[in-house]
Amino acid sequence: MNSGDLKVAARGEREIVMTRTFHAPRSLVFQTFTNPDYVRQWLLGPDGWSMPVCEIDLRVGGKYRYVWREDQSGREMGVSGVFQEVSPPERVVHSEKFDQAWYAGECLITTIMTEHAGKTTVTLTLLYNSANTRDAVLKSPMERGVTASYNRLETLLASAASRRVAG
Amino acid sequence: MEPVGYAQSQTARLNAVFAALADPTRRAILARLARGEASVQQLARPFAMSQPAVSKHLKVLERAGLVSRGRDAQRRPRRLVAKPLAEATRYLARYRSFWERRFHALDTLLEELQAGPNTSQRHSSKGDKR
Repeated sequence: MNSGDLKVAARGEREIVMTRTFHAPRSLVFQTFTNPDYVRQWLLGPDGWSMPVCEIDLRVGGKYRYVWREDQSGREMGVSGVFQEVSPPERVVHSEKFDQAWYAGECLITTIMTEHAGKTTVTLTLLYNSANTRDAVLKSPMERGVTASYNRLETLLASAASRRVAG
Repeated sequence: MEPVGYAQSQTARLNAVFAALADPTRRAILARLARGEASVQQLARPFAMSQPAVSKHLKVLERAGLVSRGRDAQRRPRRLVAKPLAEATRYLARYRSFWERRFHALDTLLEELQAGPNTSQRHSSKGDKR
């Protein structure tokens, strides 16, 4: 399967870079990243959270808004932002700001898609306003519930650490 | 060091760790130290670098708390301090697993969409309560 090929790195002082390849042509992958009917099917919140709001106005200056809700408690997490560049099917730049100030300040996200032999590689670059913000994001997950699989990761970590260092 | 709040100093330390890990030579030095302690001279050998250049990298690693000095006054061997490295890696791993879950869901969606338009239609109408 595809599991394991997602690359995540802290680059420089203020960026997180993620790279992932999908078995689909770029035009389709672009659709799934920008059409709300598709986005709500995969941009999951933590376990037990649904996504009641997913609105996207895909044009320069257009806004988007996502809300996740914890079904049991009714707690909500909302995020919104503005599109700064829209170049289908290869490039989108948008801002991101959480309602609850989960992290301080804003993030600028650049999404780049390239296609090779029917597969599409997506690179997401998340640029934060400061080094502290970037690291705060890496430290605290969107919701503590995300850490349910924590213990399992502890075991993976030792090998991941040595591989990262060696690589 | 300035006395700062615990959380703040933790974040600053994490930043120093990520900055230290950003350089391939420093990652290689850590990989070497993971196999056991080594002197500056021993560390310089495989990198075709001068000892002062290696010392500079070691200083960055020491400031990030990733490397410490051994007792032997002659060799002053450096050794790996695993804890901050493990901590930084754990944060990245947790962050990664959160996103990987989403991308797995996206794999499934892309599969459905490519299997045929009817499949996806059926799927999206399921959640439609209008």
